[in-house]
Amino acid sequence: MTFADLLAQLVNGLANASTLFLLASGLSLIFGVTRVVNFAHGSLYMLGTYGAIWLAEHLGGGALGFWSAVLIAAIGVAVLGALMELAVLKRIYGAPELFQLLATFAVVLIVKDAALLLWGPEDILGPRAPGLSGAIELAGQPIPQYDVLLIVLGPVVLLALKLLLERTRWGVLIRAATEDREMVGALGVNQVWLFTGVFALGSGLAGLAGALQMPREPASLGLDLIAITDAFVVVVVGGLGSLGGAFLAAGVIGIVKALCFAFGTIEVLGLTLNFSKLTLVVEFVLMALTLAFRPWGFAGRPLRGAREPAGSVEHVHTPSRKFWAIALAAAIVLAVLPAFVDDYTLVLATDCAIFALFAASLHFLMGPGGMASFGHAAYFGIGAYAAGLLAKQAGAPMLVALAAAPLAGAIFALGFGWFCVRLTGVYLAMLTLAFAQIVWSVAWQWDDVTGGSNGLVGVWPATWAADKTHFYWLTIALCAMAIAALWRVIHAPFGYALRAGRDANLRADAIGIDVKRVQWLSFPVAGAAAGLAGALYVYSKGSLAPDVMAISRSVDGLVMVLLGGVQTLTGPVFGAALFTWLQDEILRRTEYWRLILGLAILVLVLVFPRGVVGSLRRIVRGGET
Amino acid sequence: MTLLTIDNIEKRYGGVHAVAGVSFSVAAGERVALIGPNGAGKTTCFNMIGGQIRPDAGRVGLNGEDVTGLPSRKLFRKGVGRTFQIAATFGSMTVLENVQLALLSHERKALRLLGEATSAAKDEAHELLAAVGLESQSDRPCDQLAYGDVKRLELAMALANAPRLLLMDEPTAGMAPRERHELMALVSRISAQRDLSVLFTEHDMDVVFGHADRIVVLDCGRLVAQGTQEEVRVDPEVKRIYLGDAA
Repeated sequence: MTFADLLAQLVNGLANASTLFLLASGLSLIFGVTRVVNFAHGSLYMLGTYGAIWLAEHLGGGALGFWSAVLIAAIGVAVLGALMELAVLKRIYGAPELFQLLATFAVVLIVKDAALLLWGPEDILGPRAPGLSGAIELAGQPIPQYDVLLIVLGPVVLLALKLLLERTRWGVLIRAATEDREMVGALGVNQVWLFTGVFALGSGLAGLAGALQMPREPASLGLDLIAITDAFVVVVVGGLGSLGGAFLAAGVIGIVKALCFAFGTIEVLGLTLNFSKLTLVVEFVLMALTLAFRPWGFAGRPLRGAREPAGSVEHVHTPSRKFWAIALAAAIVLAVLPAFVDDYTLVLATDCAIFALFAASLHFLMGPGGMASFGHAAYFGIGAYAAGLLAKQAGAPMLVALAAAPLAGAIFALGFGWFCVRLTGVYLAMLTLAFAQIVWSVAWQWDDVTGGSNGLVGVWPATWAADKTHFYWLTIALCAMAIAALWRVIHAPFGYALRAGRDANLRADAIGIDVKRVQWLSFPVAGAAAGLAGALYVYSKGSLAPDVMAISRSVDGLVMVLLGGVQTLTGPVFGAALFTWLQDEILRRTEYWRLILGLAILVLVLVFPRGVVGSLRRIVRGGET
Repeated sequence: MTLLTIDNIEKRYGGVHAVAGVSFSVAAGERVALIGPNGAGKTTCFNMIGGQIRPDAGRVGLNGEDVTGLPSRKLFRKGVGRTFQIAATFGSMTVLENVQLALLSHERKALRLLGEATSAAKDEAHELLAAVGLESQSDRPCDQLAYGDVKRLELAMALANAPRLLLMDEPTAGMAPRERHELMALVSRISAQRDLSVLFTEHDMDVVFGHADRIVVLDCGRLVAQGTQEEVRVDPEVKRIYLGDAA
């Protein structure tokens, strides 16, 4: 590596940091004021890129066409963001935080398919910036002019935002609302337009970031999740609600990534270290380290005025006789199902059972534990890999692999959980995501052991369970037992202690409950259950690849739990079955299953703000509160 | 016999000496009120005793044992019950379940993965609810209780470890005058029955003079007077703090 190489990478890293900052500052503003964790922020970024490329094509070449495309795309995305706030979020500000999250997931799904519909599945290359496509010479190294422009633009936008926030009346209101939303409302400020305005500004920044990336990065349908994850990392490392923190974090992440590229492969003391392999994971390692030592990020402070989950908490009832009767009936129906349906449906039913267990394990943390996990796929994947590796590399029989998977899930969950329970709320959720991404990238890059991106193939069940019907029965039995075990724990003293920590932390401490410890111990319980689900998944598919624990799987899990209703025990199980079945059902009819699912979720969110099971139960009971 | 000894505890926040060397003690079965004007350091002092804040200097002794800086979950094991200024109970559980969980925790069974929490320690839980007059509400979800009843429930939970000392931070805050006296009369009765010491902070002087055996007065982070009701009532320093120099 020469100095010139390093310089080139640094410039590239800083240019990336600038767009990253634009993206993250929008997310930070929106969260700060509305307390909505907007998962669709990455989708808005993606729309910015697609929109700008499309506009640039239609507005003709030349600098004017290029820059008007950037500007119009950014404004268009701002308008879309405001519309999203008006049409969806405005109606559910009173709903539990997690429910707003579900609504933004729905928007992610809808936007992804809308982009697919409008621009097709192929990546689209954008034009280079007219007049800025050249390079300037720095230390004998050509530095792209456009990168220099971006590097300048980052601080300029930071300054502009600072001026907006500190010198204008509107900015003062935003800062006041970030500090104490209720107070601002009590002082007679019309929060309705404040929220819509902040959404427009934040979305516009995401759109601008996306549009500016057009010469540097092709528009692709995967940009949304990449962008939202990157933005979350920056916002969390910088400290929620702090623009300066986000700027610093974006810079640090950009530079560290650039250094990893620049170092490439280095021999240290006979060890070969491949730094470029680290680029996929380095930001998450950075985030985990930051949160472990500075729980509120570089410049953040503990959240104030965040909504309590109070009022959204449904009471856990001891199973009644009616419950057992229904459970027995369900067991009989599930047991005789193979006699009535074809193999295809049976495989689908097997999937439903596996994801029901996955969702139940996530619910264990989110419901009684009150801890949202954005990276729950990690334990699913660890279980899957533990089983797959044991079967392929060690030739272990299926039952051994199925027993080892929950153990592996539990051990990793114990390790990750130790760090996670030191944090709360969104910070905790982001740390779970960081761990999941670290595990994912290890699986992706450790070719010799995990098979890298190809994964492992040929992991088939033992002969006695190879038949589809037999495997179905095995899966149903194991999943049912595991879900029942989770529910038992929720009804046991441990589950009550866990809920106590969620309901009233100080009070729990005053009656001798070590809340952090209980929360920590709930991780391996959930991890074991998710691990078992992962192992069953491998044997049902016969193969596995790193995408068993991709972000999208974690998101699926969240949707399943929230769809069914996080306040109920049975909800997540039904939510998982419904989600899996719907996905399959729609996928068979149209390519645009996300669009339909997203719209369905939006309708559900707006009509059933307690999740399907929770709302149905309320309707059946007739308005009882 | 002395149960609780506060020996010269101190807390600084930056340049502010919130509590500057306060010492007093509480005898077994005694009800002591900690009073003082706003900003006197009552809450800081109280939280240092209750384990929410660690003192910068000084010592808190319980029955001769040094418990300085122990978190409140550990004080619970040593026989200290605690209620908060803003009463908080477990909203997703019934009144009975709240008490059952406190009892389970006292028996060190709260981390058990097996067994039904709702069938544990039922009789004792009902007894505690009867003692605070909440028996008729035992099956209600506790997020539906009136505030006065939440306070009673908190008291029942604080009694689950058969405490020798009860720490109550503004026990009657947010209650109507009649309810205040009912609650404090209940506390006095329980204290007498169980030989239970009570240390409480309070703004309402009627409550203080109606229910405290002894009164400790703080001002500007320092102890200015302590003694029986009569001694405190005639103390010139206390008069000055509460009534101003003209008095």
